[in-house]
Amino acid sequence: MTRSFRLLDSTLRDGSHAVSHSFTPEQARTVARALDDAGVPVIEIAHGDGLGGSSFNFGFSLHDDRDLMRAAAGEVKNAKLAVVLMPGIGVADDLHEVREIGVTVARIATHCTEADIAEQHIGLARDLGMEAIGFLMMSHMNEPAPLAEQARLMESYGAQCVYVADSAGSMTMPEVRARVVAVREAVSCDIGFHGHHNLSLAVANSLVAIEEGATHIDGCLCGLGAGSGNCPTEILIAVAEKFGLSTGVDLFRIMDAAEEVVRPLMRRAQIVDRSALLLGYAGVTSSYLLHAQRASARFGVDTKDILVELGRRKVVSGQEDMIVDVAVSLAGRAATVT
Amino acid sequence: MKIPTAIVGSGNIGTDLMYKLLRSPVLQPDALVGIDSESDGLSRARELGVEATHEGVDWLLSRADRFRLVFEATSAKVHARHAALIKDAGLIAIDLTPAAIGPAVVPPVNLEEHLNEPNVNLITCGGQATIPIVAAVTRVCAVPYAEIVSAVASRSAGPGTRQNIDEFTRTTARGLETIGRAGRGKAIIILNPAEPPLIMRNTVYCALPEGFDAEKVVVSIEEMVAEVATYVPGYRLKSPPIIDEGPFNTTGGIAAARVMTLLEVEGAGDYLPPYAGNLDIMTSAAARVGETLARMRLGAEARA
Repeated sequence: MTRSFRLLDSTLRDGSHAVSHSFTPEQARTVARALDDAGVPVIEIAHGDGLGGSSFNFGFSLHDDRDLMRAAAGEVKNAKLAVVLMPGIGVADDLHEVREIGVTVARIATHCTEADIAEQHIGLARDLGMEAIGFLMMSHMNEPAPLAEQARLMESYGAQCVYVADSAGSMTMPEVRARVVAVREAVSCDIGFHGHHNLSLAVANSLVAIEEGATHIDGCLCGLGAGSGNCPTEILIAVAEKFGLSTGVDLFRIMDAAEEVVRPLMRRAQIVDRSALLLGYAGVTSSYLLHAQRASARFGVDTKDILVELGRRKVVSGQEDMIVDVAVSLAGRAATVT
Repeated sequence: MKIPTAIVGSGNIGTDLMYKLLRSPVLQPDALVGIDSESDGLSRARELGVEATHEGVDWLLSRADRFRLVFEATSAKVHARHAALIKDAGLIAIDLTPAAIGPAVVPPVNLEEHLNEPNVNLITCGGQATIPIVAAVTRVCAVPYAEIVSAVASRSAGPGTRQNIDEFTRTTARGLETIGRAGRGKAIIILNPAEPPLIMRNTVYCALPEGFDAEKVVVSIEEMVAEVATYVPGYRLKSPPIIDEGPFNTTGGIAAARVMTLLEVEGAGDYLPPYAGNLDIMTSAAARVGETLARMRLGAEARA
């Protein structure tokens, strides 16, 4: 295999979930500098739920996302800056603002069956001269053929790359392979893969996606991210070298960035504990983990029971309010004034 | 005498509204106006004895004197074209599209301020479901920041909403501020494709200031829910309002606490299935607005 891929590091976006959206401009500067020095070509930075994500529902950002982007923009020499925008949460104005700051890659994310809500934003990204990437979240919830149709829609709106995103860290290698193959046959634009680690398969799944033609792969340093975390960037690069895949990223510098820059920032180990494993097994979006743990403490019900019920209700990304709803109904009593 | 009304637009919304008006004690749906003679809505109208035409707004304008109220359930673009024509024909328009030509109204909150307008607008489904709750809190204490999350079944979100989803988020957020009287508003919409489809859900978060009276807040919300339920029978609380102590670093400033209201809106299942509470709350609110205008302005008296 002599393929290569473009790495997108999302430590400062998906990793934001793991620190409850509390990154400081100084941290953004330090992480961005380390990534840029290691040769990472694209650095994503935003609230974990993307532009407009700072809210009661998803958690308020400690610092305005745009201040973090400005800090990172002042630091990088070669890397491009990227953001995520989920239509229904972020709006067109948000994209205009970050374009001004110097963000040049716009990832427009929808649930894997709802690509048609992205037309407006993908079109705007192109109009603004940004690289437009479509991002199909929770891809495990759609079969390969209809998922490929959704990818084709995103391409028709102007997306230059479409991602198969395993937001729940729920897919096994054959499932990833089938989806990437189907998408490859449906589109002529680039294909990307975004993995989570709830079944410990993020690296393996990324390699399978690459084998089938994906050329954009996401990671986070130390796996910092929602649920048990994302595909760990430094491991992905090490494994890529073993496979003879060229990425332009310096392995030893990226290992240093993980160990010396990001590990000290971590509030919890990114491990596959029972709750994280349940996310992957039940197919519940990874970003629900910490919210479910908080609801567990607040309403005195088991995190495990909350996650299983969320899976049963087939909630999608963005329905964090349903975590409280489930916890309240499981508590079997009216929650009243504290 | 009931007030003679016409519905322009024979799609899901217009047809569902027709069923509701057929039950109205004060409004008489005399015509359903479409542009497609094959539309299911028009054939339903014929079956129900409501005059059905596919000749569009021209049909209506050429016999405007037969009607007093017009409900517009087409699209924002179409209503922008129709609004002046309907007004010049001397008819009052109740606009269910996002055109926002007339003032936005939410029946239990601000309808009385706009009884003399030639055109009123129903905002969005999320707005009709959540602005009453924000208004219920702002009538007992200041709300520096309010946020809503509406989750609707994918099948109930039409192409108009999908192609311009920002219109929903912006319009709803503005309504939280201008009608709900929150300092700042934010709206989030989620489309969920689960089968069987989920019933429309809305969550309203209101930031609360230092010294708020929790009991007053909760009672005010519960009273408002009961009031909305008088015209949207499937509108209900999923649990008593939940108050969490902060502080919260909201985009409207630091808030001492918040109240979270979990709502479900089940439709009446007239034309649209019960899960489509998002469409039902629009047609139910429109019927309530029409009935109120009919009584207050056109002198209609409800028949016992």
